[in-house]
Amino acid sequence: MQHLKPARTLALASACVAALWTGAAFADPDLSAELVIDGELHITTRAPSDDITPNLPERYSGWLFRSAETRDLQADDFENPAMLAVEDGADLWETADGSNGQSCMDCHGDAAESMAGVRARMPHVNDAGVLWSMEDYVNNCRTERMGAEAWRWSGDEMTSMTSFISMQSRGMPVAVQIDGPAEPYWEQGRDMYYTRYGQLELSCASCHEESWGLNIRADHLSQGQISGFPTYRLKNAGIVSMHNRFRGCIRDTRAETFAEGSDEFRALELYVASRGMGLAIEGVSVRP
Amino acid sequence: MTDVRPRIRLPRSASAGDSIVVKTLVNHDMESGQRRNSAGETIPRQIINRFTCEFNGTMVIDVALEPAISANPYMEFEALVPESGEFLFTWYDDNGEVYTATEAFEVS
Repeated sequence: MQHLKPARTLALASACVAALWTGAAFADPDLSAELVIDGELHITTRAPSDDITPNLPERYSGWLFRSAETRDLQADDFENPAMLAVEDGADLWETADGSNGQSCMDCHGDAAESMAGVRARMPHVNDAGVLWSMEDYVNNCRTERMGAEAWRWSGDEMTSMTSFISMQSRGMPVAVQIDGPAEPYWEQGRDMYYTRYGQLELSCASCHEESWGLNIRADHLSQGQISGFPTYRLKNAGIVSMHNRFRGCIRDTRAETFAEGSDEFRALELYVASRGMGLAIEGVSVRP
Repeated sequence: MTDVRPRIRLPRSASAGDSIVVKTLVNHDMESGQRRNSAGETIPRQIINRFTCEFNGTMVIDVALEPAISANPYMEFEALVPESGEFLFTWYDDNGEVYTATEAFEVS
């Protein structure tokens, strides 16, 4: 632990007691670990804090809070199960769909060039001044240009496509725009972040700003960074989108949640993304 | 389900007689037969029930898989390579389909 707060020593002590029983299966997260994919590509998982996150000493990717076994899965593209979705997305990219008989590739060409950096800038205010997530841009292409039906937000096709597009920005730092036309959305997201929801009266900050590093049940609370999304969650055996995760968090506070693709979640996505500026887009991550 | 697409990884090189690490991954839902759909009906079991690997016709490993194995089964094992040749990987689906993949391997 690099930043041990006084409140955390209690958890540490109980973890030590547990370690006696479980043969040191419990441990504090190793915040000094390095994420290197296939021994080649270095992914930035620590970034300096700034005005956006005055209460965080440093920004940490959720990858650092996971067990060594789960971290290893992400460090090897062969073992990373999310790569299956990336391959499906690559196929969809080349497949014509809709009444115009066009594929993504017909307009956008090689995704490695045309989509590089796109994920790092999402969500982004569109030409009409409306904040859009990557899913909105994909569906807009499908309905307006291809004459195809919109995909469900968390359907297999959409999560495969967002996984594939996200991979084209792997290793690039988060760089969302939060000023100008994005500012009102960012402020809406910030207000949501500090609003307590549900019967448990928990805000995002209650866990991810005030209590990160502590245990939640048998797992460690991360800082709630979203630079790793889309994420392969082992418990779902599938890809989880950011809005899906937001919904899960708010549900866990015992609140009525917002819907995936709602204006509220787009605004929250922008604000939470900005809290991770400097962290690298992980392409597709693996979490428990 | 999308197309079944086996993935294989072998080391870049090995000497004759070496033991090498073989990694395989296949995308499959591994539907356990324990789940119900939104209408309350049982979703029929459909898993990969057997996986084999042969090298030049010699069986390296023959695995029986059970419903508790999670989706996209990943197999890692060691194989002796006495000479150059070809690996044959076979996955047997509950629905009767058989998926195969081959991978040549050169010893130095």
